[in-house]
Amino acid sequence: MEGWDPNTKSTLTQIPLLSIKAGPRDGAAWTQRLKEEYKGLIAYTSMNKSNDNDWFRISAANPEGTRWTGKCWYVHNLLKYEFDLQFDIPVTYPSTAPEIELPQLDGKTHKMYRGGKICLTVHFKPLWAKNCPRFGIAHALCLGLAPWLAAEVPILVDSGMIKHKDDVATSIL
Amino acid sequence: MEAELKAMLSDLETLKRSLPDPSHHASIDKMQLRVEHLTNLAKSAPVQRSKVKDMSAEVVDSNPYSRLMALQRMGIVQNYERIREFSVAIVGIGGVGSVAAEMLTRCGIGRLLLYDYDKVELANMNRLFFRPEQVGMTKTDAAVQTLSDINPDVVLESYTLNITTVQGFETFVSSLKNKTFRPSKEGSGVDLVLSCVDNYEARMVVNQACNELNQTWMESGVSEDAVSGHIQLLIPGETACFACAPPLVVASGIDERTLKREGVCAASLPTTMGVVAGLLVQNTLKYLLKFGHVSPYLGYNALKDYFPTMEMKPNPQCSNVACVDRQREYLLVKPARDAAAKAKIEAEALSATEFPLHDDNEWNISVVDDSELDKTDVRSLDALPDGLVRELPNADEFQKLPVPLETANSIDDLDDLRRQLEALSAG
Ligand SMILES: [Zn+2]
Repeated sequence: MEGWDPNTKSTLTQIPLLSIKAGPRDGAAWTQRLKEEYKGLIAYTSMNKSNDNDWFRISAANPEGTRWTGKCWYVHNLLKYEFDLQFDIPVTYPSTAPEIELPQLDGKTHKMYRGGKICLTVHFKPLWAKNCPRFGIAHALCLGLAPWLAAEVPILVDSGMIKHKDDVATSIL
Repeated sequence: MEAELKAMLSDLETLKRSLPDPSHHASIDKMQLRVEHLTNLAKSAPVQRSKVKDMSAEVVDSNPYSRLMALQRMGIVQNYERIREFSVAIVGIGGVGSVAAEMLTRCGIGRLLLYDYDKVELANMNRLFFRPEQVGMTKTDAAVQTLSDINPDVVLESYTLNITTVQGFETFVSSLKNKTFRPSKEGSGVDLVLSCVDNYEARMVVNQACNELNQTWMESGVSEDAVSGHIQLLIPGETACFACAPPLVVASGIDERTLKREGVCAASLPTTMGVVAGLLVQNTLKYLLKFGHVSPYLGYNALKDYFPTMEMKPNPQCSNVACVDRQREYLLVKPARDAAAKAKIEAEALSATEFPLHDDNEWNISVVDDSELDKTDVRSLDALPDGLVRELPNADEFQKLPVPLETANSIDDLDDLRRQLEALSAG
């Protein structure tokens, strides 16, 4: 776990691990895996809420659970910045991690691949590979998206690339 | 345009005759010449050449294949014309894939299948092939536009899709299976798949499809710091598949800690991408047309101009089920294959006097001998030749996994779990 901040580390260890190595083309085994994914997401969301660190909403966008959509947000200088969030479960999942997309930020930052896919740190893929199949969607959000938002949103705001929408303004005080 | 220019020429002619003073004739002659020049330019503008029925070896400047057919005359390639029978699928039409497609098109390949989901952007203009006026077009459509102009003989199919999604994967696999171009071909509908994608996830998907279809393919890649690259031949069951071991990368020699990654994802150079595309298509031509040595793995370190090579055996414990199936099939037919290969070597030895071999090895850059015995065991990390490193670690051993942390969540119905997450999200 070299290269991760202590907060991410302690949160990660509290997300339940998964056990079934199955992807979206694996029929019944995928359904079992999907149940584990839900348990992971439920546990992670509850944990965030009780720690006053609620930062995303996510739900399956199709009955097969191969596409997920939702919202994520980050508070910077007491203002909340919210973004659409989406990704597909790749056919080679869980050997490869889902590629998380923030389509509204496509083209606004260099830390993004084409199509609005966030550029993960050099530490993410090795840790995912080492922990296959124990990491799931919740782990990808915790290890991939959370650190990305923490690093990039302040830069995007300070450089004027994104503006705060007053109608979604919420003071955290 | 041509009619206009013709009218202008006759107007000038009339003007010349009507002028009593011949001192103006010279300048009118000059104008007539310029109009004639313009007429020629207009004629040669965007006219597509017509299709060619047979590849001719005739050396005339109107024959697009004369220099390629010369390979056959020189004895480098036995039957160059066979190239028109081959279908090659190129996955990823970026800095490497687009250039590879152009090379194969100019070589007169029979059919190209092109896959990409992306659009051409101005940010791509530091690479070869795409032009600024194509910005906004899908890469596959822009490629078809350019390639069909260059060589209308090539059958081009474009697929704008993302192969990593369930639906995209199904279309990808069924397009590879389609045999209408050459119904007599054994196996799938393509002779080779070239992976020119820029990420690990998509490579794993190409690997999955090729293992399932028992399809030989070649992998290519350029590092995110743009100063190294590689190509690799993958034959399901016979060589290591892409999932047999964590992927190899050519060490650039740069200390990872000194690499400044703030504010950037990846760099790219047209040179490195062009070199890798050239190596990839060279290996493709050798494989398809059966000449020279087909490299199992060839790395390229641009900073040192160093080209490591190696071979990798498949991993019997590969996590990819289709790979293990192909390995089992390969072992069953191996004795017959080995006998045939031995007979071929003996036959070649008999005729070796005609082509003396250069075995002084002066230019051989291989760091690993090619014999079967020296094939690297993919699992052993220390057996890698100099200059190659693993990009990712192995997955921890399955059996030693800790029992998953059991949560308080004992619900085991999918709909109930979905509702529980929804309730949590609403609250
Ligand atoms: Zn394998």
